Amino acid sequence: MSTNVPNPAKTGTASSLWGLAILPVLLLGAVLAYLVATGGGLKGLSGLPVEQLNIGRITLPERGVITMQVVNDSPQTMTIPQVMVDDAFWNFTADPPGPIPRLGSTTITIPYPWVEGEAHSITLLSTLGATFTATIPVATLTPQLSGSLFARFGLVGLYVGLVPVLLGMLWYPWMRRLSGRAMNFILSLTVGLLVYLAIGTWLDAQEFAVGLPAFWQGTPAITLIAVLTVGVLLAISGKRNADEQPLGLSYRIATGIGLHNLGEGLAIGAAFAMGEGALGTFLILGFTLHNITEGIGIVAPLVKRNPGLKQFFLLALIAGGPAILGTWIGGFAFNPVLSTVFLAIGLGAIVQVVWEVGQLVVRNTARLGLPVAGWSNFGGFTAGVALMYFTAFMVKF
Amino acid sequence: MSRWLQSLLSRRDVLRAGAGSAAALVGAQAVGQVPPAAAMDHTKMPPPATSPKGHGEHGGNLLVGTVDHVRNGFDPMQLLTDWDGGKVSRLPNGQTLRDYTITAQEKEIEIAPGVFFPAWTYNGRVPGPTLRCTEGDRLRITFFNHTSHPHTIHFHGVHAAEMDGVPGAGPGEIQPGASFVYEFDAEPFGCHLYHCHATSLKRHIHKGMYGAFIVDPRGGRPPAREFMMLQNAFDTNFDGANEIYAVNTVGFEFARRPIPVKKGELIRLYLINILEFDLINGFHLHANFFNYYDTGTTLEPTSRIVDTITQGQGQRGILEFRYRFTGQFMFHPHISEFTELGWMGLFNVVESANYAAALKDAGLDAAWDRRATQGSTVKGQGA
Repeated sequence: MSTNVPNPAKTGTASSLWGLAILPVLLLGAVLAYLVATGGGLKGLSGLPVEQLNIGRITLPERGVITMQVVNDSPQTMTIPQVMVDDAFWNFTADPPGPIPRLGSTTITIPYPWVEGEAHSITLLSTLGATFTATIPVATLTPQLSGSLFARFGLVGLYVGLVPVLLGMLWYPWMRRLSGRAMNFILSLTVGLLVYLAIGTWLDAQEFAVGLPAFWQGTPAITLIAVLTVGVLLAISGKRNADEQPLGLSYRIATGIGLHNLGEGLAIGAAFAMGEGALGTFLILGFTLHNITEGIGIVAPLVKRNPGLKQFFLLALIAGGPAILGTWIGGFAFNPVLSTVFLAIGLGAIVQVVWEVGQLVVRNTARLGLPVAGWSNFGGFTAGVALMYFTAFMVKF
Repeated sequence: MSRWLQSLLSRRDVLRAGAGSAAALVGAQAVGQVPPAAAMDHTKMPPPATSPKGHGEHGGNLLVGTVDHVRNGFDPMQLLTDWDGGKVSRLPNGQTLRDYTITAQEKEIEIAPGVFFPAWTYNGRVPGPTLRCTEGDRLRITFFNHTSHPHTIHFHGVHAAEMDGVPGAGPGEIQPGASFVYEFDAEPFGCHLYHCHATSLKRHIHKGMYGAFIVDPRGGRPPAREFMMLQNAFDTNFDGANEIYAVNTVGFEFARRPIPVKKGELIRLYLINILEFDLINGFHLHANFFNYYDTGTTLEPTSRIVDTITQGQGQRGILEFRYRFTGQFMFHPHISEFTELGWMGLFNVVESANYAAALKDAGLDAAWDRRATQGSTVKGQGA
């Protein structure tokens, strides 16, 4: 660039700068207005209408009543004039009634004598004759908020989240007596279990996202939220050295695990609400066993410095408490959007602590004069993944 | 933890254009010419109904709202008695000649309140015109194809090969814009049908190209109140299975508007099954028994005193019965699934003295009554 040509950016006044910035926006407005008003000469290209409907939560609030949330996922307005239940056209009301605008929703209420413990299928028929089907796998009254049920759900969350984490923490005194090498093994094991949890959280988030209307773009949303979470946490914790701040690291591990357990609770609560809560003793046992490893991971960074009992309880509450909260939310007020967001944040939090604990392991092995990719670390990592994987046999269905 | 998530959408990705804009118009109120017995009302939640309310409400099992028959251009109630004798003249040899004109047209029809179907039709209606003649009449059907697909008319009967209305016979498929004259003598007498036989057969039939073809025996049949009931169904999402079942196209129409008949009079049904995708259909009469004439080709019943018959695809027959009691009596196939998906109706049996009032209640007139009782094409047996 020749030096005697002035840089226009530097010679312009502030107002002309704004003008330059706004010009494309104004032109965009004009183009949009033209398209809306005239169709832009594309009338012949107007395609066939595509109808998509997202069927959200189905509830059975009382005997003989089915309600369902429906979101219009299509590019245009659509109407649901008829409803079938179990292959029979059925009376229904919609609130609000009539056509559903794009991204709009309505609640459909059907006075249908559903049968306790049996499956039902509901099909919505559109103006164009498209069908959208949802099933009630096991019909049962949707849990209504009541004191006793609230308490029972809380108890489930307690067994599944808080109790195992607390039990796992009880290995702390034993861990303090371990050699540096053995402790490093435990830390590697923590990395392994966290990696397992990250994968599990990703899959759970995906599962919730599948039920979302298309415009939420489930997978990109999960990825972005997780990445943002990692970024924020790194920015917060990046300045500190995990060696000096073991308690901070433990809290971050507990937070990540807590969000994961929130997801677990959500799934359990939602399963209850959908009549699939065959959560027998065996399953509770499985969750307890599965989650006990989490307690080890949380306290592993703390072996050099005992932070005191109060901190342990707080850590346990952060890691295990959300399971209780999740069971309540999932059972009484399930929201797939929020659930997906929570799990995505959890995923980010877990990925961030994997990074942090990993660094800790790297420093420790260097201090012990061991190879980073040696048998000790690799063995610990594998043991962590294997523990989670095999104890999950009892809770996957 | 995976199965608790609901199964999601089954959907028809690509649909016919033209209804997209209509989507905003329907569903709220249909301007029918019928008494609003069950006008759509999304504002009040009805109590969970457990007892049938007599007026076609099978508990909560119903279609919400009413179909706009005026916009459709045909009314299932009128189709019951809508015999078409054609333009009658006499051939030099003394034979009766009946001239018909049938035009294939594409038309979007409302098959259930607020649900539109991209039909292929004969004369803009589904089913097409009910052709009625006497055994031995010469029929001349001029067929125009005003659609974008080849079509034919295939008559069930006895005729020359080139008149069979199938690909490869005579003119074969009648191309868009073309026409052809089908000509043959009506035989044998019976309850027959005609339909398009172009390929692909399933689609050409199920999209609406069919109609009743009734050939009266030379001596006629005993006087009776006669109705034509054509059992059809619609695969609205084109997945090879029907969503809506009916007689004369509109589901639950005769449940919403019971058919008025007189106690004690002979009732004769011309019952035709044009179902696609499902192998069988049937008919069950409540609180009554009937005589059945398989295919209508005999003057003596082929089954006596039965209350349920089964018809395969393309089968048909004539039913005769009388009611001993007044009241509303259901009829439907004894295939519960079809019953609950729209193929269910009622006869409203009244004393002769109350018949005029019953007609009026159903939105019908004396002309409808006359067509029902004088539909035969045999001299001295009505029109």
